[in-house]
Amino acid sequence: MPTTIEVNGRQHTVDADGEAPLLYILRNDLKLKGARFGCGLGMCGACTVVIDGKAVQSCDISLAAAAGKRITTIEGIGSSDRMHALQSAFITEQAAQCGFCTSGIIMTAYALLQRNAHPSEAEIRAALDGNLCRCGTHVRILRAVQRAAGEGAV
Amino acid sequence: MKTNIPFAPHRRDFLKRGGAIMVGFSLASGGLAQQLGTRPVLPGSLNTNRMLDGWLRINADGTVTVFTGKVELGQCILTALAQIAAEELDVAYERVQMVSADTSRSPNEGMTAGSQSVENSGSALRYAAAEARGILLQLAGASLGVAADQLAVSDGTVSAGAVRTTYWELAQHANFKREATARVAPKPPAQHKIIGTSVKRRDIPHKVTGGIAYVQDLRLPGMVFGRVVRPASPRAQLESCDEAAVRALPGVVAVVRDGSFLAVAAGREEQAIKAAQVLRAGAKWKEAPDLPPQGMALFDHLQKLPSRDSLVNSKVSAQPGGGQVVTVDATYTRPYMCHASIGPSCAVAQIKDGKLTVWTHSQGVYPLRQHLARVMRMSEADVTAVHVEGSGCYGHNGADDVACDAALVARATGGRPVKLQWMREDEFGWEPYGSPMVMKLKARLDARGQVVDWQHDVWSHPHSTRPGGAGSNLLAGWHIANPLAMGAPANSPQPAGAADRNAVPLYEFPNQRVVLHYLPEMPLRTSALRTLGAYANVFALESFIDELAATANADAVEFRLRHLQDPRERAVIEAAARKAGWQSGHKGDGTRGRGIGFAKYKNLAAYVAVVADVEIDRRTGDVRVRKAAVDVVLLNRPDEKSLGTGEGSQGPTVAAIANAIANATGVRMRDLPFTRPRVKAALA
Repeated sequence: MPTTIEVNGRQHTVDADGEAPLLYILRNDLKLKGARFGCGLGMCGACTVVIDGKAVQSCDISLAAAAGKRITTIEGIGSSDRMHALQSAFITEQAAQCGFCTSGIIMTAYALLQRNAHPSEAEIRAALDGNLCRCGTHVRILRAVQRAAGEGAV
Repeated sequence: MKTNIPFAPHRRDFLKRGGAIMVGFSLASGGLAQQLGTRPVLPGSLNTNRMLDGWLRINADGTVTVFTGKVELGQCILTALAQIAAEELDVAYERVQMVSADTSRSPNEGMTAGSQSVENSGSALRYAAAEARGILLQLAGASLGVAADQLAVSDGTVSAGAVRTTYWELAQHANFKREATARVAPKPPAQHKIIGTSVKRRDIPHKVTGGIAYVQDLRLPGMVFGRVVRPASPRAQLESCDEAAVRALPGVVAVVRDGSFLAVAAGREEQAIKAAQVLRAGAKWKEAPDLPPQGMALFDHLQKLPSRDSLVNSKVSAQPGGGQVVTVDATYTRPYMCHASIGPSCAVAQIKDGKLTVWTHSQGVYPLRQHLARVMRMSEADVTAVHVEGSGCYGHNGADDVACDAALVARATGGRPVKLQWMREDEFGWEPYGSPMVMKLKARLDARGQVVDWQHDVWSHPHSTRPGGAGSNLLAGWHIANPLAMGAPANSPQPAGAADRNAVPLYEFPNQRVVLHYLPEMPLRTSALRTLGAYANVFALESFIDELAATANADAVEFRLRHLQDPRERAVIEAAARKAGWQSGHKGDGTRGRGIGFAKYKNLAAYVAVVADVEIDRRTGDVRVRKAAVDVVLLNRPDEKSLGTGEGSQGPTVAAIANAIANATGVRMRDLPFTRPRVKAALA
């Protein structure tokens, strides 16, 4: 059944089961690969996108539930030509080892900076609590988010 | 700039032979060696991949293509190798394009493992690039009419005064189809302009902008999605399943049942997941309940399993006479450990015209190809394995197995490529684990606080069951109707060792005995997880040294130095203590403490000392590492080869944390991991 969703400011109509997790719609129908499958249970944060201003795990929300909401993925906050301050801060701080969790972390940080432009370190840690990094890049990730916040990223 | 070309061609020869000039040299040098039946040993992987054009290509468009058999795992190896090639060629780093492991075009460098990539691929590239530079300078000299040693190179532009040419103009004449000689010396470190500088990693920009970064992101035309259905225990056999019901589900393209191997493919990913759920629900398995005991009972069980015992190391000296001797012993454990990659393993496979291609995040595409060909009953020549990044793996996770799963499903999709993604439970349930280990240590201290003898016994399953070698080490290969047995695992020999890695102390003891109790039968498959046995052995050894220091009423740093003579080993510990502001004999205050750990990884590679400051919440059992410092110091020792530093800090870090907890609280944690309940219980 065709369902229309708004992703990165554009309307997309997809023909898929309404129960399908949003993650697969983003990755396979819309070719937006930034959100990644880690656990499928909403527990690791690798698939995080921002929906109506909140960081949401896209493996854990259905296509039908996402319809009518404003969905932002990492592709929607900046591109390789025009990066968002968070994206360039992650490059400046080299805040990735394998990088598989990075998009999700950036999107959680994006939602945080939207509601709190100058978070404390404790607030950043608290916001990122649901995003796992298995490689151990945490200190650099903190630095990158702080750098982006310091540059006035929203 | 001076070059180290052993022979320079005359201009007349150059004109006569044109672009084929280097063939003559290749025959002259290589031919002589072959006639004599001696092939000189070349540096690193150059020894087994001897053709220069297998390593690099100079392109007319101003770029350099560098081939490596090593793969990117997030450890930045492609960035490091690009730096090395750029340095030796004298071209800008940005010009270097890396091609990673691919059985159709890259050198065969086996596994990317053991912090050996800079040592092996890096050394090969240094010499290959230096030699290529030499060839280009000869060509430049001949074409400019200038002696090669009068030429200067800057970013690929070769000049002598006002006359100049470029590598890119010379490219068509440069023949690298010749065996490397390694006779052109790489630059001395003092001349390095790119190595040793911090360049930005090449892989991060597209990883933060939604680019195609991982095999999970690949999308080929006509591609379908696969999922595998596995039972609840490792040796369960499939009795029946309802294939027809699954075939009738929306989008299902194929149901694959081959012995006890069960999988589906569907047009959409969520359809494949749904179909796998239905297939699982309808499958009946004959379980084989032979799992090992859980909890601490596991470690008693390990010591009762049939073992192959070997004396890893022993030293017997005369006993120091007289005086009272104190005996100390302790047992340390490590449980099964998952790699727990954040992205479950994934592969894309396609069979077309009888040829199989897999896109894989395997750490060794050539060994994978060998074992895949056996399982698929295909010729190796008909199988291509191409590396594409996956998420961090930290050793042998499900990468190779999922490639085999995908290949088996690709037989049933009529030539359409299949992306087979393991679900989270597939990865946790079926990846090879890091082996559980028991380390029993025992030592005697004399009245002066010197260790007079030392015994280290370690019980462990294998630490490598990767593909390569006999049989097939691919999971599905054991489950198909026509199965292949796993190759017999073997423990790598000392000095690097595997289960016994770093079990031999570097400390100077007059008497010592290290025994490995190797447990080849694995109720749960075990394989390589970062540093193999070194993590647990260093944890045990370095914890025990602290326990002995405490028994001897000695400071932990001083006690170590007391037993070390090697100046480099002493220097590393002294430097770490100095940088951390180590206070001799300082005791923690019940919640805060400091500890040190030391090792030379594999007893062969990087020397690492770690100082950790911890803070313990006695109420919750939460241990926080406030600070742990590792400095990688590049020593200017041109006569010594590069040592990988990637894994060196792991064992010393856990030991430093254990020692810091003991320093803070007086309580010794001997069982990994230090979970909150365990720490809380120990402090109660």
